[in-house]
Amino acid sequence: MTPAMAEIEIGPLSAIPPGEGRNIQAQGRKIAIFHTRAGAVFAVQAECPHRGGPLADGLVGGTTLICPLHAWKFDLTTGAALLGDCGIKTFPVRVGEDGQIILMIDSP
Amino acid sequence: MEKKRKLVVIGNGMAGARTVEEILSRGGAEMFDITMFGDEPTGNYNRILLSNVLNGSYGEDEIFLNPLSWYEENNITLLAGLRASGLLRRVRLVYGEDGHAEPYDKLIIATGSRPFIPPMEGTTMPDGSFKPGVFVFRTLDDCRQIAEYAKGKKTAAVIGGGLLGLEAARGLQNFGLEVNVVHLGGHLMQAQLDRSAGVILKNSMEKLGVKVLLEKSTKAILGPDRVLGLRFADDSTLECDMVVISAGIKANWEIAAGSGLTVERGIVVDDQMRCVDDPNIYAVGECAQHRGHMYGLVAPLWEQAKVLADHVTGKNPRAAYHGSKVATKLKVMGVEVASMGIAEPQYPEDEVIQYSDAKRGFYKKLIIRDGRLVGGILLGDISKAAYLMQSFDRNTPLPEERLGLLFDLGDPPKQVTFEEMSASTQICNCNGVSKGALVACVNSGKRSAKAVMDATRAGMGCGSCKAMVNEIVEWACGGKTEEDPSVHYYVPGVPLTKPDLIRAVLERKLKSVSAVFDYLAGGKEDAASKPGLASLLKTLWKGEYEDESDARFINERIHANIQRDGRFSVVPQIPGGITSPAQLRRIADVAERYRVPLVKLTGGQRIDLLGVRKEDLPKVWEDLGMPSGYAYGKSYRTCKSCVGSDFCRFGIGDSISLALKIEQEFQGFDSPHKMKLATAGCPRNCSEAMVKDLGAVAVEGGKWEIYIGGAAGSSVRKGDILCVVDSHEDVLKYMGRFIQYYRENAKYLERTHGFVQRLGIDKIRAVVVEDSEGIAERLEREIAESKAAYKDPWKELYSISPANQFSELLPVLQ
Repeated sequence: MTPAMAEIEIGPLSAIPPGEGRNIQAQGRKIAIFHTRAGAVFAVQAECPHRGGPLADGLVGGTTLICPLHAWKFDLTTGAALLGDCGIKTFPVRVGEDGQIILMIDSP
Repeated sequence: MEKKRKLVVIGNGMAGARTVEEILSRGGAEMFDITMFGDEPTGNYNRILLSNVLNGSYGEDEIFLNPLSWYEENNITLLAGLRASGLLRRVRLVYGEDGHAEPYDKLIIATGSRPFIPPMEGTTMPDGSFKPGVFVFRTLDDCRQIAEYAKGKKTAAVIGGGLLGLEAARGLQNFGLEVNVVHLGGHLMQAQLDRSAGVILKNSMEKLGVKVLLEKSTKAILGPDRVLGLRFADDSTLECDMVVISAGIKANWEIAAGSGLTVERGIVVDDQMRCVDDPNIYAVGECAQHRGHMYGLVAPLWEQAKVLADHVTGKNPRAAYHGSKVATKLKVMGVEVASMGIAEPQYPEDEVIQYSDAKRGFYKKLIIRDGRLVGGILLGDISKAAYLMQSFDRNTPLPEERLGLLFDLGDPPKQVTFEEMSASTQICNCNGVSKGALVACVNSGKRSAKAVMDATRAGMGCGSCKAMVNEIVEWACGGKTEEDPSVHYYVPGVPLTKPDLIRAVLERKLKSVSAVFDYLAGGKEDAASKPGLASLLKTLWKGEYEDESDARFINERIHANIQRDGRFSVVPQIPGGITSPAQLRRIADVAERYRVPLVKLTGGQRIDLLGVRKEDLPKVWEDLGMPSGYAYGKSYRTCKSCVGSDFCRFGIGDSISLALKIEQEFQGFDSPHKMKLATAGCPRNCSEAMVKDLGAVAVEGGKWEIYIGGAAGSSVRKGDILCVVDSHEDVLKYMGRFIQYYRENAKYLERTHGFVQRLGIDKIRAVVVEDSEGIAERLEREIAESKAAYKDPWKELYSISPANQFSELLPVLQ
């Protein structure tokens, strides 16, 4: 990890129901955090690059995310667009031993 | 370099030359030295156009396919004018009539066929040549001789009323001759037409001045040294100056039979077009017999040539010919004819659709088996031929609307073909996808309609262009589309059709979406499949359904309609459009309190509060104190109404209280797609009930007409009348049965209009009204259970809100 990165504890994984996403605000940025039914956690930019749709309100299946506005599709692991013209930014994120979600994000 | 092998082709007609072209296009020139034997002294020409040469519309040199220079350019040795007379398989040699011997490694027999001459007295002269005035119609040379002999003659007879005979008749008429067609059978063109069509064609021909004699067997050609007439089996006679025999064809199989190859009516070949006794010898075209069939049309020949070339060059050793479906479109003396498959039904279950207008020369007949076209005849008007021939060839299911198969109804006619359509023409008006973009996507390797739609998002907006996207993809693939198997699934992520899925879900008692993925999709979640499964499970399990909010689309997760900026709209229930001052006051207060940016009346006679922030939703609902109007769901939406009989001077039925009862009955019902309803108090239909998913219209006599399958959105369609009933209670009963039947049988996101057209109103009426399947009682019971399981979702959500469902941001301690 580069020194410019900061680790932020977001809160317990249990705050996000399995299969859903929620937004958080960190370092002045809005970020969507997803908790998949398989138990994995992902962090990506909050807004769809297409028309700014709220990605946290999208449908998640496996590691695929579908934007609720016009159904652009992204791979949560890489941010690559599966349907649509451009991908999304992803952020490293993990779950600590105490069940807390820890996001790594570059300092402002 | 490896020594080239010798490829010899016997026959330089359309089959032989086309096969060689196909071989060359697969790099055959590198593999083979090619030699062709040709009877006729020329390059090869399009035999199909011979009648046009005879009638003068084409010049001789206009029908050549490959001139002599083509053979030179491709290093093909053409033995023009040399008939192959013998084949020695043991030493692999073909002999010409002049004794020339040509060795081969691979041999292709494409000897075609010759006219069949029925036994008749006086056909030939003592030396065996045709009597002057007797002709067949097969080669360019025949054409020239007929034209020469016809000069100054008055009358001609054509023996044989098949396709070629009628074309010959037309050619002769153009020389100013009076023409009689003499046909053995009971009607013309027996291979393509049924009796009714034959009668109409006969009338059309006679109007054009050609006389047609049916059931006439010619016994003799009269005249000592030239043709003077014909005598028939019934001893009647016909005077004529010349006769053209066109009584069918006979395969040229002698050279094959002479060398011991298996011959029945033609040279018997396997699926690779190889002779069954010798893997080095192929036969193709009219001389070949494949699985008992022989083909005289050109399209099957092209298919055979491709398979043969794939196989002989090793390009695709597994290439196989499986027989051809025979369809043809032609013009007989200006009368347009299209024919495909069988001309008469073969089984009692075969469905026959028929239209006949003998006076005007129109006839249309389709034979349908298991919903697919197996035969068809179009006479006079062949405007639907392209569509029908495509359906026939690809064996695609036909739409239920049978009438539309014969005629263009109402829909604007297709202006242009896909070839003519400019690349920039926008096909998907929701996502702005042009024809050019679809074609580019196909060319980039996407070969199924679904793959193209996924890649371009065409058809993924309102969906009304899907049919055209399908057609364009098929066209761009040259008919070689791959069908994505998932088009038959209820949802793409679970490989089961809807009936199979329902059975599996009930048998295994799968009550949640994640359980369905676990047990029926190998544990693999598919995001796009979740909402469809959630809808179906709720319909099947009602109160027992185990809801997982992540399976629902955001609108149904939080029971509001997401807007373009991520905020939401709120539409409370206002059944029948009936509200009150107190209710309006409360709505107004809420709109002010939460600074709702836009308050608007909806098309469903309700009030829409637009631009509500997600976190305000529970408070907005609580303050409204009204149930959800479901303006966001794939579900029952609302029932609007006209003012009905109490106030309107025309009203004859109480549409308002019927609308209220309907809303009470079906509110909150999940369904494959949204259902919008209306009731009208008289046939003036002010509430547009006839174009709703379901509508009830009062008619005189205290009755209600129930309409289903109407649409007035991206598609516009007047609904079909399901039945006419006497009471509000019966309206509820039959509407309920239909709604449940639709919920159980429609594909996900199939509106009622698509469903009703797919199944047909007759089928639906039989099940829903006449109870033909004995399920009406169960349908009613399911409806009653769904009704009992209804809970207002707004009240549920604001009283027992799940984990921060409505918070805009999770709080972060930084």
